[in-house]
Amino acid sequence: MGEDVQEVRLTVNGVVHDLRVPARRLLSDSLRHDLGLTGTHVGCEHGVCGACTVLVDGRPVRSCLMFAVSAVDSEITTVEGLTERDGSPEGRLGPVQQGFADCHGLQCGFCTPGFLTTITAGLRDNPDPTEDEAREMIAGNLCRCTGYANIVASVLRAAQIASERA
Amino acid sequence: MTTKLFGEKVPRVEDQRFLRGKGRYVDDVLAGHDVLHAAVLRSPHAHARIVDIDVSGVLDVEGVHLVWTHDDLGGPLAPQMAEPLPLLIPHPQLTHGRTQYALAKDEVNHVGEAIAFVVADDRYLAEDAAGRIKVSYEFLPPVVGLEAARAADHLVHEDVPGNVAARLEQENGDARAAIASAPHTLSLDLTVERSASTPLEGRGTVARWDPDTGRLTVWSSTQTSTGVRAAVAAKLGLDLAQVDVVTPDVGGGFGVKINHPWPEELLVPLAARTLGRPVKFTEDRREHFVSAAHERGQLHHVEVGYDDEGRILGLDVRFWHDNGAYTPYGLIVPIITSTQLLGPYKPGAYRVVFESLYTNTVMVTPYRGAGRPQGCYVMERTMDAIAAALGKDRTEVRAANFIQPDEFPYDHGLVFQDGRELEYDSGDYPASLDKLKALVGWDDFAAFREKMAREGRRVGIGLACYVEGTGVGPYEGAHVHIETSGKVKVATGLTTQGQGHATVFAQITADALGVPFDHVEVVTGDTRRMPYAVGTFASRAAVMSGSAVHLAALRAREKVLRIAADALEASEEDLEIADGVVSVRGTDATIDLGTVAVLSNPLRYAFDEASKAATQFTVGDPGKPPVAEDDEPGLEGRDFYSPERSTFASGMHAVIVETDPDTAEIRILKYAVVHDCGRLINPMIVEGQIHGGVAQGVGGALLERMAYDESGQLVNASFMDFLMPYVTEVPEHIDIDHLETPSPLNPLGIKGAGEAGVIPSAAVFASAIEDAEAPYHDGLVVTAMPISPSELFALRQSHPAPAAKPRRSRAARKSTSGRSRTSSKETS
Repeated sequence: MGEDVQEVRLTVNGVVHDLRVPARRLLSDSLRHDLGLTGTHVGCEHGVCGACTVLVDGRPVRSCLMFAVSAVDSEITTVEGLTERDGSPEGRLGPVQQGFADCHGLQCGFCTPGFLTTITAGLRDNPDPTEDEAREMIAGNLCRCTGYANIVASVLRAAQIASERA
Repeated sequence: MTTKLFGEKVPRVEDQRFLRGKGRYVDDVLAGHDVLHAAVLRSPHAHARIVDIDVSGVLDVEGVHLVWTHDDLGGPLAPQMAEPLPLLIPHPQLTHGRTQYALAKDEVNHVGEAIAFVVADDRYLAEDAAGRIKVSYEFLPPVVGLEAARAADHLVHEDVPGNVAARLEQENGDARAAIASAPHTLSLDLTVERSASTPLEGRGTVARWDPDTGRLTVWSSTQTSTGVRAAVAAKLGLDLAQVDVVTPDVGGGFGVKINHPWPEELLVPLAARTLGRPVKFTEDRREHFVSAAHERGQLHHVEVGYDDEGRILGLDVRFWHDNGAYTPYGLIVPIITSTQLLGPYKPGAYRVVFESLYTNTVMVTPYRGAGRPQGCYVMERTMDAIAAALGKDRTEVRAANFIQPDEFPYDHGLVFQDGRELEYDSGDYPASLDKLKALVGWDDFAAFREKMAREGRRVGIGLACYVEGTGVGPYEGAHVHIETSGKVKVATGLTTQGQGHATVFAQITADALGVPFDHVEVVTGDTRRMPYAVGTFASRAAVMSGSAVHLAALRAREKVLRIAADALEASEEDLEIADGVVSVRGTDATIDLGTVAVLSNPLRYAFDEASKAATQFTVGDPGKPPVAEDDEPGLEGRDFYSPERSTFASGMHAVIVETDPDTAEIRILKYAVVHDCGRLINPMIVEGQIHGGVAQGVGGALLERMAYDESGQLVNASFMDFLMPYVTEVPEHIDIDHLETPSPLNPLGIKGAGEAGVIPSAAVFASAIEDAEAPYHDGLVVTAMPISPSELFALRQSHPAPAAKPRRSRAARKSTSGRSRTSSKETS
């Protein structure tokens, strides 16, 4: 590769990865193709659809609009990191994941990881949203399958699960 | 007895995978492995001759492995690659069908058409390299939009006169004579603009050539694995047996992924074979806008004759269908428009004529609804126009035209998209209308309108009815295999893009076999597991594969009972299966399905405790062959379902909208759906399909359009500019009521449900917006969809408010119809 390559250290879901990437490599591509964390999906590559949303130091960020080299020194959480450890090999679904399972909040599943990360951050800020606030929380993410009604219900259900588990 | 799962809201098994980030979409295949990436150089011009392509210097870029133009295709390895792509669905009336080349030869016909193909170490490098290719063009005048296509001042393909790919006419009765002798007539000119499926995951293909076995594996984000397999084998000069196509998880399809083979679906496998390394192509968003497919663009002229009750005596529809630059999918979309336009109604006579026209834009193939939304819009606008002209309630006019429940099967005397007669199998349209009126509060709306008007607010109500031919043939099949563990493996060949097939087909299997739901695992879209299949389109998966899975599971069950009866020394009639255990009624004698599976396969070698029971010194009658002459080893069932014709689902939507008197913004206050898809396998999934369909319909009616400029540039080819609905644009709640009139055509009484939600959207919003505006703007009619606030504002400007106090009742509008032409004759 004739490109200038940078050494970066990415901390993803609590695991430290050292890798060498070109400066122009998107965080979304590094997560998916360098680290094999393919749960983060790329829907538009211009920051509009929200499918690639990950949490960077807890804040939702479009990983298609961020370079991998910009993510050093940050804690990154992807959809794979939303599952809770409960001793089982697979782990237990986190509250937002469980909310989606309970409310049929997904169909093809492609946009889902971006909703899950966005809502995880949203519920941290507002653990008991009204229906309107739930709608506001997901208003920056596109879904072409569900028509959103069940996603709104999933947000409310996730809040309930989180408070039950707390 | 195992609890019946058919009809239950069973949670989806696929969700666990998706929610944990463990879905496997095509771009995930071989991620992190040694795979090469492809990029495509696409035409920046809508219509041009290619004078020269200079690829010198491209291979000098470090990390670039291959660059191809059309000149490089068609070598001895795969001579067919230089030929045009297949015309998938020929039709005698498609007299001038044209398809593109895998890479453009001599001419490009739309912005986005593939010209060159580059493979490199990663996508970044591949795009860098593609950027080095220099193409010289000689510009040709672009034909953009239906009016330019009809005018035919310029031609898209120089050997296609008038830009007409096809002209098709169908008639039942003498429509023109019926109109001529009708007491009332009116005419309408209606347009629908382009939209597109726009799944969140674009197209994508990965291929790996195995030189040791001489076999090719292709993963593609498609709606038909078997179709892609056949196309790849034919185009690459391989035997079918050398090619496996696997459709992994698909991030939405909505129709666009039924077209095949896309250029990349052939170029990627050919590159993998040529280079001996896996190759991946993942379409980006802009590419999806300009190089996949669109739909919807049509222009209609309607003439209708009707009586005093609003019954249609004669209906004559001419329309022009924009098929874009190529016609690989034949005439399916306009044929569906022309036939499904009739909806639940029975006009006295009907004639339809359409022309399918070329333009220098992205080609048109089915998008959810596949021509039905346009047909429904035209028919329902006609119904509304008749009601307005007669001063009747819109529901009354519809009711007067319904096919009645005792008239099924109802033959329209036309040929449907599958080449079979358009014959409805079952339905109950008056019952649907009653449910809809109750659900939306139709009869209370006048009071609501008055109340809102007093607050200075404008509201309107609309309704629209549709019938949808679903579950078209020719067939689907299924294979059910009960393993010695008692687990049941089911395979059906059509693909899945979010409909929950792994759940609903497991429900059907569990019911038919009497096994626990979680013992069943379903695989779809893998030609290694089920090589005979058609695909997922036309709301056919539940009907076709659901029926096939049911039949295959019954075959397996027959064998279970036969072997178990022998083992338990009982009669088959005395056996029952529940929770995966066969028992003799009224006794303690049982045998589990795993053991039956062991007994079904006489073995020479034992490899575990279970298989010991099937070895040659343990089982079998020494006087008989271990496998009977008319039997085969293994506990399996395989069957196919192939119906005579489609089954017809139906439904009705109503919406209440509010239009802002100043800004013309359109708000949805209430949305109601009555839906009849026969027997529901999983109501949760069906309702999810309806929600999604309605949201796409809202997009199509109010927001989405493909904005081409006069030079053929798609100026809104991004999610910034092409307005897909977010949560903020869809109804906050959708009220749904189901009617279940089972289909007599399949064993489970199922009808399709996937596309329904989107079909009546343009019609229902046009109806409601017009209803909201008409009292304030004399003669305002909605004849072009989608409609934006600025277009509604412009309509208001061209239809000034009446001087008098605004009218508030439908009846008051009859004298002020602004249709292009209405006339009434004396009825003597």
